Formats: sequence, structure tokens, C-alpha cells
Amino acid sequence: MSETTVPLASRLRSLTLRVEPRLKDPPRWYPLAVTVGAIVFALFLGGILIALSGGDPLRSYIHIARASLGSLGVFSDTLVKATPLIMAGLACSVAFRMKLWNIGAEGQFIMGAFGASAVVLTPIIPAETPSWIFIPAMILAGILGGALWGFIPGFLKARLNVNEIISSLMLNYIAVAWINFWIFAVWTEGGFQMSPAFPKNAWLPRLTDLAAEIPILSGLTTHLGLILGILAAIVAWFILYRSRWGYEIRLIGDNPQAARYAGLNITRNTVLVMMLSGALAGLGGMSEVTGVVHRLQTSPLAAGYGFTGIIVAWLAKLNPYLVVPVSIFFGALILAGREIQPSGIPKMIQGIILVSLIASDFLIRYRVHIVRRGQEA
Amino acid sequence: MDFIIILQAGVATGTILLFATIGELFAERSGVLNLGVEGMMLIGAMFAFKIAIATGNPWLGVLVAILAAGLISQIHAFITITLQADQVVSGLSLTFLGAGISVVLGEGLSKAGTVSLLPQFSIPLLTKIPLIGPVFFTEQSIMVYIGYLFIPLAWFYINRTRPGMHLRAVGEFPAAADALGINVYRLRYFYVFVGGALAGLAGATISLAISPGWFSELTTAGMGWIAVGLVIFAQWNPIRAAFGAYAFGALRRLILDIQGPTVFIGAIGNFTFLEMRNPFYYNPYWGFFLQMLPYAFTIIVLVIGSREAMRKRLGAPAALGNPYIRGERGL
Repeated sequence: MSETTVPLASRLRSLTLRVEPRLKDPPRWYPLAVTVGAIVFALFLGGILIALSGGDPLRSYIHIARASLGSLGVFSDTLVKATPLIMAGLACSVAFRMKLWNIGAEGQFIMGAFGASAVVLTPIIPAETPSWIFIPAMILAGILGGALWGFIPGFLKARLNVNEIISSLMLNYIAVAWINFWIFAVWTEGGFQMSPAFPKNAWLPRLTDLAAEIPILSGLTTHLGLILGILAAIVAWFILYRSRWGYEIRLIGDNPQAARYAGLNITRNTVLVMMLSGALAGLGGMSEVTGVVHRLQTSPLAAGYGFTGIIVAWLAKLNPYLVVPVSIFFGALILAGREIQPSGIPKMIQGIILVSLIASDFLIRYRVHIVRRGQEA
Repeated sequence: MDFIIILQAGVATGTILLFATIGELFAERSGVLNLGVEGMMLIGAMFAFKIAIATGNPWLGVLVAILAAGLISQIHAFITITLQADQVVSGLSLTFLGAGISVVLGEGLSKAGTVSLLPQFSIPLLTKIPLIGPVFFTEQSIMVYIGYLFIPLAWFYINRTRPGMHLRAVGEFPAAADALGINVYRLRYFYVFVGGALAGLAGATISLAISPGWFSELTTAGMGWIAVGLVIFAQWNPIRAAFGAYAFGALRRLILDIQGPTVFIGAIGNFTFLEMRNPFYYNPYWGFFLQMLPYAFTIIVLVIGSREAMRKRLGAPAALGNPYIRGERGL
């Protein structure tokens, strides 16, 4: 009964936080709840910043939801934006799983787009070739381009102990200058900063192409790349969780010392995983250039998909299946964010989401109690 | 194309890298890797420019830039030191956050008009020294001169003072430092702040002195990342960091200027030993390969730095990248 006589303020003051490591795994729903909580918190914080910079947070968010999920048409556009993010997110997931910090998905994405474009523009294959030859050839070229760009930092890391964060990031800038050279000097269309458009048979098929049979699909731009992305997610999941190689990747990531004692070849795996990561990003670049842009052009391709892929991978907890829904979430944010002023808002919200996600990991690793002082022991 | 002018401008550009590199060096010496340099520089550049326009006083801009970037670095400090999260991911997220915030708050700044910049002047007497005078002491921004003073001070602080010794102890062997009564957590917070503040100063140096203006994310164009690379090349030594920074500054300028003239003339006094058509003028597309150079050189410099580190068994501060957890085994 004496408790009720203590004033509320001093009772609150006598509360302290006690933090202790979790000894057993939390229940399955718990990490999900923490992640969702972190996103909600980030959106709330983003709202405050939007309000501070003179915008209306509630209206901005409603606008984002309506402009990305409001109708079949815009949802299709959301999926189009999500497609490159799926591949970039997968690329980061496989590398990060081995604690290889591949920050170069952006450059590998661009080189994938370059590889695919080279098939059409060089031309390696004549323009009137049917689609069923064209598209596999471009997929292959895109994967090769990305894998090559992933090989460089992987090799430097494995053989010369060069920090892969910096080298892969520097290769992003080099990739942009590289395609700029090609679209200005070699493949320019009438002096503009872009290549000529690809012939129709080098486009990835879109839903709207089926509109003759199914009228409701008319105008929907979702393309085959989405299927490729989902297939890539399944393949990446199998590699990581159902194959011997994936087991090696995860072991090296979790405990490189133990992996070395177990006789795993870390040098070779470093190169191979960077190439796999690059290949996935390159597939994304190929899908974007042949599914959406239909020509080699810098600004729509080097739009930061590779960087957003880092956030996607982290939000998906490096799980390839989760990469797909997370990419759709970010696709919605990017699509709707284009019309919001000021224009940096989607980027800022992405940053806030990533920060609060990383901070929230603490709640998964540690238990936080609120205890009354004096009762701690 | 006068080589002296390129070197002179290179020293100015190098000053930006100098501040950012030494800032990151302080943070890493205390054991905290902060990959958010690019984001913190953007925050600094944006705030410096914004405040200078709003108040007409560039020094107020510099001050706010330092504080703002220092403040945002504390997010990284909190996440990695207190919450013990991975430093790589947290630093990356800081780059995203800094870029996002600076683009949002910098909306419309690129068309904001003219702003009074930090003063430029020559040092009397010293300008008379052949070669060195015109390159280092003629018509440079005050930031460049601050940079010169900064290099020996940073070296002296780290290697010859008691707080500098504590800084090294915290980065090499935090458990031992803790046992000696040094507050590991507080020092790491402090040096992450120093790193952020210097990145902010680097940003302010761009937007108010070396290449004035706010060009959204192109303002830094990856210089924050080059700074992170230079720390590795410098092997955590401020003197080497300064050499790297000025060399890169000169390279960046050279690339900008080399495409201008129609002929190259190599001359010492009146004696001309070289005269040739400038291939970069007649083949403007080669410029794209020139643009790759700073980034390619960063990789090459990393290769050199890593090889040397392996050979001499030098290396990063031993506790770099590891959170310090009191009472746990290990570093």
C-alpha cells in the first residue's frame, strides 16, 4: 500500500534500464516485430524531418502509398522499380553473408547493362535475330559483365589483401566513366548522350505485349525481368542454404578462423563469391536496360539501384526470399518519391530506415529490462 | 597550361582530402572505422554554404558545418560503441543518411546566388622561394594554410602527447587502456566526433573556398571515399596522409586542366624541350578515361599500401573494427 503514496515522478526516476545479452534465441516473431518497429520509427523520424524542411509528412506518405499501390497500373510500375532492386539486393546478400563488403553492386549493375547492350550495339548478334536467341545471349553477357566487375575487387582482396569496400566502390565511378565513353564516342545517337534504341526483339517481353489476348494487361510495363529476379532469388537461396558451397560461404562469414582450420579455401571463395555477387548485379543491369530503358544511357541506369540494394539486403536480413518483398517496398518508395518535393526525401528516408534497422539489431542481441532501482540484484 | 598553376590548384584541392583523411585517421586510431566520411562531408558542405548565404558570414558557415557533421557522426558512435553494431554497415548507413539529409535541406541552394567566400591571400616573403613559393604560398585560401599547420600538429598530438598516447592505446589494446583507468567509450565517442568535425571542415572547404557552391551529391564526387582509402595508404600516419592528399589533389586538377590547351609545351625558362599536339584536346572522348584516373589510382595506392603493410608487418590499429565490451575476453 505504501507504493501509492510515492509521487509518480519519483517512481519514474527510480526506474533504470538494465541490459544483458540474450542467452537463448528470442521467439521467431520477435526479430520481425523489431524490424517492423524500426521501419515505423524511421518513417516517424522521416516525417519529422519532412515537416522541418517545410513539407507535410502525412500527405507525403499518403501520396507515396497512393502513387505506388493505388491501382493496377501503378502497382505494375512499382514492380518495374522493384525488379533491379531484387537483383542488386541478392548481389549484396550473398557477398555480405560471407562478410565481403561488396559496395560495388552499382558498378557491376552498370557493367551488366553494358554487356547486354554490347550484344545489340556492337552488334555481336544481327538486329533481326529472333528474341529467343537474343534474350539468352544478353542475359549471358550481362552476367559476364557484372561477374568481371566483381572479379576485380575479389581478386585484389584475395591475393593482395586490398580492402574490398574501397576498391569495389572506386570501380563504380570507373564503370560510369566507361559507359559514358561508349555512349558519347562510339554508340552515340546523333551526338546525344545515349545509344540508339534497341530493336524490339531485344526487349524483354512485357505484360502489355499480351494485351491482345488479355485486355486488362494493356499498358502494364512489368517485364520478364521480374521473373528472372524471382528465379535468381530461388537460386541464391539454394546456393546459400542447400548447397555445400553455401555452407562454406556461411561458415567463412560467421567464423573465418574455424573455416580456415576446417581447410576451406578462403582465397578461392572470396573471388568466387564476389563474382557471383557481381553476376547477380549484372543480371539486374541487363534486365533494366533491356526491360525498361531499351538503350544504353547513363542517368536511368546509374540511378543508385546498387546502393539501395545494400539497404534491401540488410532489411531482408540477407535472406534471398525476403529480398523480393523488401524490394517491392523500396520500389514503391522510389516510384512515388519521384514526385515528392524536395526531391531528396526518398533517399533520406532510406538512410533513416537503414540507421534505425542497424540500431534495432541491439534489441535482438540483448534483453533490455526496466527495473526499479534497489531491486536490480 | 602552366604546371605551377596546376600544382597550386592541386594543393588547394588536396586540402579538402587532407582534412577528411586526417579526421578519419583520428577515428580509426581510436579503433572506430567510419565509412560515413562522404555523407559527413556532404552535410558539412551543404550547411557551410547554406549558413554562409543566410548570414553572409562564411566563418559562421564553417562553424556550423563542423558542428553539424560532428553531431551526425555521433549517430555512428552510438550505434557502434554503445550498441556494438557492425562498423561497416553503420558507416555505410551514415553515408546514405548524410547524403539524403543534405540533398533535402540543400534543395534550391544550387541556384542561391553568390556568397562571400573565405579569404585568399599570399604569404609575403615566402612567395619569393622558387617553385615552393608560387605553389604553396601564393593566393591560397586560408584553409590551405590552416592545413599546413594542421599536419605537424596532428602528428605531434598522436605521437608525442599524453592524450595522443591514450588515443593509440584505445585503438590498439582497449582492455589494457581500460585497466589503466582510461575511459575507452568516452574517448572513442570523442574521436569519432573529431573525425566528423574534420569531415565537416573538409566539406566547408569545398563549398566556401576551393570549388564554391552546392552541387548536391556531385559536390564531393566520391572524395570522402578516396579519403577512407588514403588512410589505409597512409598507414595511419598523418604525414603520409598529407602526401597522399596533395598528390591526389594535384591529380584531380591535372585531369581538369589537361584537356584545355591545343599544344603541350615543355619549357624551362626560355628553353623549350617539348612541343606536341595535345591528344586530349583533339580526342575529347579520351577525357572519360582521364576521369577514371583518380579512382583507379585510389585502387593502385591501396595495393601499394597493403603490400607494404604486409611486408613491414605494419598495419591497422589492432582493435580497428571491434567493439569494446567490458569484461569480455579479447581485444
